[in-house]
Amino acid sequence: MPKDGSGLSLDGLGMPLWLVVELTYKCPLQCPWCSNPVDFNKYRNELSTEQWKSVLAEGRRLGSLQLGFTGGEPMLRKDLEELVAYADKIGYYTNLITSGVGLTPERLKALKKAGLKQVQLSIQACDSELNEKLVGLDVFDHKIAIARAIKAEGLPMVLNVPVSRYNIDHTAELIDLAADLKVEYVEFANLQYYNWALLNRSELIPTREQLVRSEAAVKAAREKLGNKLTIYFVVPDYFDTRPKACMNGWGSIHLTIAPDGTALPCQEARLIKGIEFPNVKEHSLEWIWKNSPGFNKFRGDGWMKEPCRSCDEREKDFGGCRCQAFLLTGDAANTDPVCSKSPHRHLIDEIVQRASAEDRSCGKPLTMRHHRTAHEPAGE
Amino acid sequence: MKPERHLSPSDAVELAPSFHFRWEEPQKAHVLLYPEGIVKLSETAAAILETCTGNPSIAQGTCELQDRYGRSDLGASVLEFLELAHAKGWIRVKS
Repeated sequence: MPKDGSGLSLDGLGMPLWLVVELTYKCPLQCPWCSNPVDFNKYRNELSTEQWKSVLAEGRRLGSLQLGFTGGEPMLRKDLEELVAYADKIGYYTNLITSGVGLTPERLKALKKAGLKQVQLSIQACDSELNEKLVGLDVFDHKIAIARAIKAEGLPMVLNVPVSRYNIDHTAELIDLAADLKVEYVEFANLQYYNWALLNRSELIPTREQLVRSEAAVKAAREKLGNKLTIYFVVPDYFDTRPKACMNGWGSIHLTIAPDGTALPCQEARLIKGIEFPNVKEHSLEWIWKNSPGFNKFRGDGWMKEPCRSCDEREKDFGGCRCQAFLLTGDAANTDPVCSKSPHRHLIDEIVQRASAEDRSCGKPLTMRHHRTAHEPAGE
Repeated sequence: MKPERHLSPSDAVELAPSFHFRWEEPQKAHVLLYPEGIVKLSETAAAILETCTGNPSIAQGTCELQDRYGRSDLGASVLEFLELAHAKGWIRVKS
């Protein structure tokens, strides 16, 4: 992915270089930071195999190169191997983004044979007890076994660690685990607070001290390990003074297709109320990408208000994240409140301050992602 | 990422295993694809990468490039670019 905060700026020449297909919102895990909508029960009509294939073909014609299969848990789709084979045949670099649950050595072999290029496997802790607490199921041993199987198949692998206050103090141990598994990349994805993560924000957000220690552990490990392991560290934007260059800009290089065929400029965008996002069942992907009002809404800088409009950094960070602006200020066209120039920055400061002040032993329990805890479908 | 050592003209280099190098028609450019990443290469970068990974040594790759472009002074800039590619983990020394 074009990582939030990585400083990556890529000119896609107006093409959706990154296509992310969320094959399903279903998932056996219950991660309380899930990026799926909190009312995911509402979206039940998953695209069929043929519909996904037609999305993939149209994406390639529009210039998409990198393809991420995700969800929910993409392994729940029985046609995954067929879709990977098709995607490989038409020229995508195929990435599988999985929790590892449902991934067996047999399916792994079939996926590799189908042309899969890379696996991103999530891991939440270095022991089974904490891992189970964080994902709601005892799957740690399976994850480790499947990580070894992925390496045994010779597939490159990113170990993805969603970072919260619960596991941030184990940064060094998690790096050791990644090195032991001989993965090429480990990514510390400090949580971004949308959807389920936002619901649980006060329980998940680390303190500044924890973050400083974690960054120091990453730095020390980089020096020790050299080029044996690449460590990505996604900066938690609340602790920064400038917003992330979210998605390299709205509708710039990134295109997500949700399980029901809704096309989105990012995986979170459907949380912004008042924008009607187009669906691949009703429109061509070309019209969606080039002409639909949803994708044009925040392209370029014509939509910007102050302080972005006159800011000399607007081409660097594109005003930050539209979803975050919407969630925290009520208007998606506002400057991302993470920016110290935003009149809403105090909202972020208060959240960070509360995170350090809170008595952590008296916190409220995490709301796990589950169809029973999901919000009732509300009218949009 | 820091490379283990500097490259020398006698080294044979190859693309790192998870990297794919190819022509991408919509971009009208060669691209490098790797886990969750894309690099669009300039014509020069693509020529160096393709030629030097396709020859038994960097020196022989350089000769081929010099013949192709009618130059005799490309050694230093070829090596400079390959050092960069090596540091970024795109290529490795063949063992």
